[in-house]
Amino acid sequence: MNEHSHLSWAGPLTDRRNAQERYARAYQPRERHLHPAADFPGYKSTIARAPKQALLSIPQTMSELTGPVFGHNDLAPHDDDMIVNGQVDGEPIGERIIVHGRVLDQNGRGLPNTLVEVWQANAGGRYRHKLEDYLAPLDPNFGGCGRCVTDEDGNYHFRTIRPGAYPWRNYRNSWRPAHIHFSLFGPAFATRLITQMYFEGDPLIPICPIVNAVPDKAGVDAMTALLDTTANTPHDCLAYRFDIVLRGPRQIFFENRPEGL
Amino acid sequence: MPVTLLRETPSQTAGPYVHIGLVPSAAGLQTRTQENLHVVAGPQTEGEAIKLELNLWDGGGAPIVDAVVEVWQADGKGRYRHPLDPRSSEIASDFRGFGRAASDLKSGYYVFETVKPGRVENIDGKLMAPHISLTLFARGMNLQLNTRVYFADEASNDEDPILAMVPPPRRRTMIAERKDGGGTPTYTLDIHCQGPKETVFFDV
Repeated sequence: MNEHSHLSWAGPLTDRRNAQERYARAYQPRERHLHPAADFPGYKSTIARAPKQALLSIPQTMSELTGPVFGHNDLAPHDDDMIVNGQVDGEPIGERIIVHGRVLDQNGRGLPNTLVEVWQANAGGRYRHKLEDYLAPLDPNFGGCGRCVTDEDGNYHFRTIRPGAYPWRNYRNSWRPAHIHFSLFGPAFATRLITQMYFEGDPLIPICPIVNAVPDKAGVDAMTALLDTTANTPHDCLAYRFDIVLRGPRQIFFENRPEGL
Repeated sequence: MPVTLLRETPSQTAGPYVHIGLVPSAAGLQTRTQENLHVVAGPQTEGEAIKLELNLWDGGGAPIVDAVVEVWQADGKGRYRHPLDPRSSEIASDFRGFGRAASDLKSGYYVFETVKPGRVENIDGKLMAPHISLTLFARGMNLQLNTRVYFADEASNDEDPILAMVPPPRRRTMIAERKDGGGTPTYTLDIHCQGPKETVFFDV
């Protein structure tokens, strides 16, 4: 228990036990050097929005170790099927795909009952959003908004249309690679993560400043979905696999004992 | 045996169209229009009903109109709706503790309807001052920004372990002022990404 000795163990024994147990439930520190820097000049929008002061490192209290709990009851039919959930009078245009994978913690354990929310442009690279004015047309049968909850092993599954690349106002000739935005909760406020999924082989990936804000190729590869022909639906959909890792606990508890002890 | 940890998937910005996925009605989608995610607590929830008003500003003094703000908080008795809180089952059914808001895409004004939270224990068993945890997602933010909102009329702010870590001149960047005067009591706070009033953001 020496690793806990820097904490102040004031109070009665039961309080200390509680404190010790909660501390053991804390999450691995976020390795910020492996995430994109807040201030990345190649991505101009960061310049006025990245904090200039050092972040304050705070202990993980109950406020950070807890977080919203979601379940399958929070979902509506077809929330996980963007081929269907925006239809008005027909099928959406574009390449029909499955995106699936597993949400894991850093210990490799599947995270059950985690809300996965996704949003994306249509096949022409156009988002259905009030602020969007790209000349590519909206698809009347595509919304671009989906969500699901992982199963007991951490698996998730969507159907959608492969999004198109699109230009954006960064530099004069900046284009985003095709991507799907992913929002994940995990078990606690501390595990919250939003990222983007890219597609294997897209030549725009290595020249995108948002991608390149991630400091290394391994990080970019971790955001790149691979074609997974084993999960195709023949004569219907190609499949891509994208696994996501959220922060894991510092210790693994099993029936109130640290695992392996 | 040494354990090799997997690497957390890198974060990417939520981008300017974050509303499509998180608050679809704000993007203009005719889906999930019945969801009022900015309502955190209902009439059965323990605690004083309040409004929390936030205004977000970038380093150039412009309002941040395209963010999504998320809140996470305990109810008026300091209970979180989460399995780790042993009192979770006592919480009123209309309190989830989680909320999400977009602005009108012009003003940078974000509002929540909730209750003032009670005090929650720190890991050492001591009580923290009432607070609401805040997460900001937006274009130009490669990783979410985290902070807390405290309440100006709380004497316990003086003994809060997180506020105590902040140099006094910057503490007020996390403390919402109370406005009374007809209707629901309202707490307001300006969040500044940069500048002399830069908010204290956390590495959690």
